[in-house]
Amino acid sequence: MKVYFDHNATTPLHPEVKKEMAEAMDMFGNPSSMHAWGREARANVEDARSRVAGFIGAQNDEIVFVGSGSEANNTVLSLFVCASSQCIPGTKMRSTIITTKIEHPCVLETSECLAHRGARVKYLDVDQYGKIDLDQLESMLGDDVGLVSVMMANNEIGTFQDIETISKMARSCGALMHTDAVQAVGKVPVDVNRLGVDFLTISGHKIYGPKGVGALYVKKGTPYCPFIRGGHQERGRRAGTENTLGILGLGKAVEMRALEMEAEEERLASLKAFLKKGIEERIDDIHFNGHPTDSLAGTLNVSFPGAEGEAILLYLDLEGIAVSTGSACASGSLDPSHVLLATGVDAERAHGSIRISLGRSSTMQEAEYLLDVLPRTIQRIRNMSTAYIKGGAHAASR
Amino acid sequence: MLQAGEWAYSETLKEHFMSPKNIMQGESTDEFDGVGMEGNLQCGDQMMVVIKVDKQSEVITDCQWKTYGCASAIASTSILSEMVKGMTLDQAFHISPKDVAKELGGLPENKIHCSVLGDKALRAAINNYFVRNGMEDRVKQEQAKIVCQCMNITDHDIEEAVLEGARTYFELQEHTKLGTVCGQCKDEAESLLEKFKHIHFGA
Ligand SMILES: Cc1ncc(COP(=O)(O)O)c(C=O)c1O
Ligand code: FES
Repeated sequence: MKVYFDHNATTPLHPEVKKEMAEAMDMFGNPSSMHAWGREARANVEDARSRVAGFIGAQNDEIVFVGSGSEANNTVLSLFVCASSQCIPGTKMRSTIITTKIEHPCVLETSECLAHRGARVKYLDVDQYGKIDLDQLESMLGDDVGLVSVMMANNEIGTFQDIETISKMARSCGALMHTDAVQAVGKVPVDVNRLGVDFLTISGHKIYGPKGVGALYVKKGTPYCPFIRGGHQERGRRAGTENTLGILGLGKAVEMRALEMEAEEERLASLKAFLKKGIEERIDDIHFNGHPTDSLAGTLNVSFPGAEGEAILLYLDLEGIAVSTGSACASGSLDPSHVLLATGVDAERAHGSIRISLGRSSTMQEAEYLLDVLPRTIQRIRNMSTAYIKGGAHAASR
Repeated sequence: MLQAGEWAYSETLKEHFMSPKNIMQGESTDEFDGVGMEGNLQCGDQMMVVIKVDKQSEVITDCQWKTYGCASAIASTSILSEMVKGMTLDQAFHISPKDVAKELGGLPENKIHCSVLGDKALRAAINNYFVRNGMEDRVKQEQAKIVCQCMNITDHDIEEAVLEGARTYFELQEHTKLGTVCGQCKDEAESLLEKFKHIHFGA
């Protein structure tokens, strides 16, 4: 049996998206051209724009198509350094950015880079469930703060933040508000007006659309400076001939999300509850990470002390099951997940964690199969682990 | 279109990961003549090697292990346990991470650090055997020598940084923070860097 439980990493194309993209495969015109080929491509790009805009309650010209979620995030943060160096006329110099310790690396590493370039970056802590502390945010806010960037849902543990409240706080002190909504859009209703954000990031491949395409919402009137310069595309906000096929796919993807999202999230929530219960019953000494209720319906992050994440991942791979690990040993560094560490999980528990992320193709049979394979996999790894030997870390607990 | 490629690991490594050899059963080490443990759970890998030794010939007759760690860590302890059986203590003492990696059919560069604990644990087990049998004089200490006084960085730290990918003095500084205060240690650190690059990567 083949089981794909890694939907937070990426998703397959929705069959309808695939169909629409396949039909458009011969559409090669440059949307900037005035002839028929160009006008065909333009029509499809603009159609996708209005679908994306409609999906999040934005106006069409508030949507900028970009090359990825990472690019959208880089654009917003880098724009801010531009603003403080007065590249954007009329923008007041404000040198502080507030973000959180659990953002995606494309925000964290960009923030570090901005710090080298003169910005002041402050990182919000999170509690054991991954929620930021609004009092801490209040204490950091001041008239030096130019931007607050807080992700809407975390990719590793699924925890939601209260973006509506955070936006209010940020904007009342005159800062701009950005949210990386890559994991939230298409899973929960998102309305930019209700959230009150100035910028919002979307990525195509997390919502059954194509990879290498994303969208950035930029509220009308917000200071803006292109990250990729040198072309009039996207009204001068993102240079480079448009990824027409990708954009068309993203447009179709959000359309399908609008139809399917609600029922699917309910289904995934009960699948997750089933998995959680099964894991709890069949494996001892486990810990679930993230918020127990206020988190993505399909995301389950669990630690198995005494077993290391990459070993779990690869033994499951041998049985046809795909999950991912919070410990980054798999990706070539020994650092355990920065997200789990920020929630106060100790390094060992962080090393021994996996993320199971469900999606529209996930079934009860798949969940049952995982519940069949996982207990013996963990048992097997723990049997060869030093964690339980006499005098070892967990000797007493078994 | 290409199908899913193999893992970043060799077939031998995969084989040892799928069916590890000589895992120590149970939780007691009482029946063994030497026990060595290295690493810790917080860092993501820990290995224990236990040996049985024929007193007369000093040949290792059995070698078992437990490992907490990734696939490379598991496979390298498994293959190490096969390699040392039948070796004398002196021979076994000189097994290097490079020997283990070679036997495994190579390791991805960023995984080499996963295999260094195995041979360290083995040496600890051998030393433990010497101590238990009244041969303290034969214990070979892996004395670490401080190279950077300011940051308290040893030659072992430098070796580890090289195994984790540091190839230039700058990368070494990034890994260890060595040489970031008074800078006096630069020459010695650079020559050790070259030495370990040579030992582990033949570069
Ligand atoms: C929360 C979050 N932000 C940003 C990204 C990056 O998106 P993309 O892969 O489109 O660059 C991801 C995907 O890994 C993500 O999970
Ligand atoms: S001895 Fe290394 S920086 Fe001073």
